[in-house]
Amino acid sequence: MVAHRARRPRRSWGGWLFAAPAILVYAVFVLRPLALTVQYSFYDWNGIGASTFVGVDNYQRLFTDPELFATIVHALELIIFFSFIPVVLGLFVAAAIRGIATSRLATVARVVLFLPQVIPLVAAGIMWSWLLSSTGLANALLSAVGLDGLTRAWLGDFDTALPAVGVIGAWVLVGLCTLLLLAGMSKIDPALYEAARLDGAGPIREFWSITLPSLRQEIGVCVTVTVIAALASFDIIFVSTQGGPGGSTSVPGLEIYYLAFSEREVGMASALAVALVVLVLVCVLPIQRLTRDGSR
Amino acid sequence: MITTRRETLTGRILLVLLMAITIIPFVSLFVTALHPAGTYPSGLAWPDHPQWGNFVDAFRVANMGALLWSSILIVLGVVPISLVLGTMAGFAFGHLRMPGHRIGFLAFVLGLTLPFEGIVTPLYYQVRDLGLLNTRWAIILPLIGLFMPFSVVWMRAHFVTMPDELSEAARIDGASTWQLFWRVHVPLAMPALSSLAILLFLWTWNQFLLAIVLVDDPAKRTMAGALGAFQGQWGTNIPLLCAGALLILVPTLAVFLIFQRRFVAALLQGSSKG
Repeated sequence: MVAHRARRPRRSWGGWLFAAPAILVYAVFVLRPLALTVQYSFYDWNGIGASTFVGVDNYQRLFTDPELFATIVHALELIIFFSFIPVVLGLFVAAAIRGIATSRLATVARVVLFLPQVIPLVAAGIMWSWLLSSTGLANALLSAVGLDGLTRAWLGDFDTALPAVGVIGAWVLVGLCTLLLLAGMSKIDPALYEAARLDGAGPIREFWSITLPSLRQEIGVCVTVTVIAALASFDIIFVSTQGGPGGSTSVPGLEIYYLAFSEREVGMASALAVALVVLVLVCVLPIQRLTRDGSR
Repeated sequence: MITTRRETLTGRILLVLLMAITIIPFVSLFVTALHPAGTYPSGLAWPDHPQWGNFVDAFRVANMGALLWSSILIVLGVVPISLVLGTMAGFAFGHLRMPGHRIGFLAFVLGLTLPFEGIVTPLYYQVRDLGLLNTRWAIILPLIGLFMPFSVVWMRAHFVTMPDELSEAARIDGASTWQLFWRVHVPLAMPALSSLAILLFLWTWNQFLLAIVLVDDPAKRTMAGALGAFQGQWGTNIPLLCAGALLILVPTLAVFLIFQRRFVAALLQGSSKG
């Protein structure tokens, strides 16, 4: 490789010309707004009049105002539903269907399980708002099995609204995780499984000793994608609960939207936005480090 | 592979169960859409008199023709430009590897994790100052920028696998870097490009936040953004809302089913790069 590199005739600066247009749009429409978000976060500004520099006041309020801080806690709770459940469920389902991964059923499943990935999240939100409403399918099923006592407006109840929103997210992401993990499993050398079987390992032993360790990278991908989806959730919550009841499902994305465009508190919205970006990095970077074995 | 009959059976049952859970919300949406407007039907009951007219009504009140056209215009603005710019930069970072290319690439990699909510506020003021608020450009230009990290990372991943000998041969034949790019490398990148095009189409079509923040007129938004407005207006008329939601799903579902093989492959790879 080293010798090969040395043979390359020229490595000119000209490459930057090819990258320049991409860098330009990235700088204008992503990096500049990002820098402005940081700048705004130190000001008190209603978006129209003069702005006042307030130092870290907005950040201080973020950690002391229970309603604002709750949005971050909700986002972290959503990780359980958006990430933990889809990944664990995906692992078990994928392990169970590994043996039939090439059958016709599996081909159909590939299409079906991707459906939630293809539709807008807004549509998923609308669909599930209806399923979880007081006359929706969820309650109809409960009544049908004689559990009338449990029925409620799932998205309108203080105790169940956040988990109900979480269920919508889990529904969207479980198929993706299952198929990603299944794809990862298909790359495992079948000889490993045969050897394990000959040594007398059962399906459970097989799962822990072969499947799980071989899937490190795929699990990392699933966790990364789903954690970002949980922390940056907006669409589903915007249409299904709008943060209610009583702020019990408000998340940073939604609160940024309200603060910036309804309450005209641009500085506070920006401080929350900075916190969200940092939160995503803090959650995602360690996952990358743990699961990527330096092959990239 | 040695697997027992019992395990295969468990696998099949689990798979069918997961598929059922995935499909039932769609079925419920469809059945509900067939009920008389203004009623609150329960569960999965098939209506006595299916109201197929609901779809016609929803098509009319949602102004579907205009919405489709708007979404197509936005996709036509975002996808080709993103592909060209992303491919050029991916080629630079993955193949030309000019001095300092690692740092430039790292800047894009970090952009992969950026939530749109993180920059939407200043984006609003920037787009306003450019005089583009409430035009489709207000969605198109920021989306090109926001998709650029993914496009660059995706295309670079293709170009790093291209052997240097290929370029050396072309250079000996007297090709300039630009010719090398267009004549040799772009044709070879077609599979990677078409998968990227699919993903960008899907994400543009389904984009919600930018659409509702930057464009007031639902008829100038993406499909998903328009669906949000439709919900606001018809949220209490459940059958009509369901019919409208289904109609808005049809274009993506149709494209998905037609190109499902490519879609599935692209989605699988796409999430593993993201």
